[in-house]
Amino acid sequence: MDQSEPAAIPATDSDRPGAIRKFMFVNRKAPYGTVYALEGLEVVLITAAFDQEVALAFLDDGVYQLVKGQNTKAIESKNFSPAYRALDDYDIDRLYVERESLESRGLAEEDLVVAVKVIPASELSKLMDEADVLLSF
Amino acid sequence: MLHIVNKSPTERSAFASCLAHVLPGHAVLLIEDGVYAATRGSAAAERLTAALRDVKLYVLAPDLEARAMSKALLEGVVPVDYRGFVDLVVQHPRVQSWL
Repeated sequence: MDQSEPAAIPATDSDRPGAIRKFMFVNRKAPYGTVYALEGLEVVLITAAFDQEVALAFLDDGVYQLVKGQNTKAIESKNFSPAYRALDDYDIDRLYVERESLESRGLAEEDLVVAVKVIPASELSKLMDEADVLLSF
Repeated sequence: MLHIVNKSPTERSAFASCLAHVLPGHAVLLIEDGVYAATRGSAAAERLTAALRDVKLYVLAPDLEARAMSKALLEGVVPVDYRGFVDLVVQHPRVQSWL
């Protein structure tokens, strides 16, 4: 590739100061084995406070974050799964779950704590491609 | 869009997930243990070769060299240095890291 001058990213409407950008949070980790899921949720709430357009995608082990009935008392971690139900209060209502990831883990939509849109991987790829900003957790 | 994979394809699903979501015209950069996917004879090599048709593939050369994998690099995968890494990020408005 050309090693001289990097080409600039073309300016778009979303680059204007104060513009609302489409954020997509890509969640691919199970909730308690690592800190990714909890940290991701924190950043989602911060982003929403700045009046940005926020969508969440759950795929791979990320779908485990949404499973109903989590009880973390005995592992002394915070059960943050109820927070997903509060996202609606922050005007975050675009929650996408990848169908293939659910099915390969023996899960179904009714196993989840919150209303989501279950979509195939092909559709999720397109949504990611349409975002202004992708943040991975 | 630029996809970055930093995990070995035989240890984690990151590489497989990346290939399942990459669209024609996108670029994929393999770094750290992700570089093993671009080596001849690896279990991931066949899938990678198939993806080469409509996706640009890059690999971070310092990570290949560190692992003694430079000679095993699959044809069609472009090695880049750190500056090339920065250029790729600058050239693509969206970056997805398959952590």
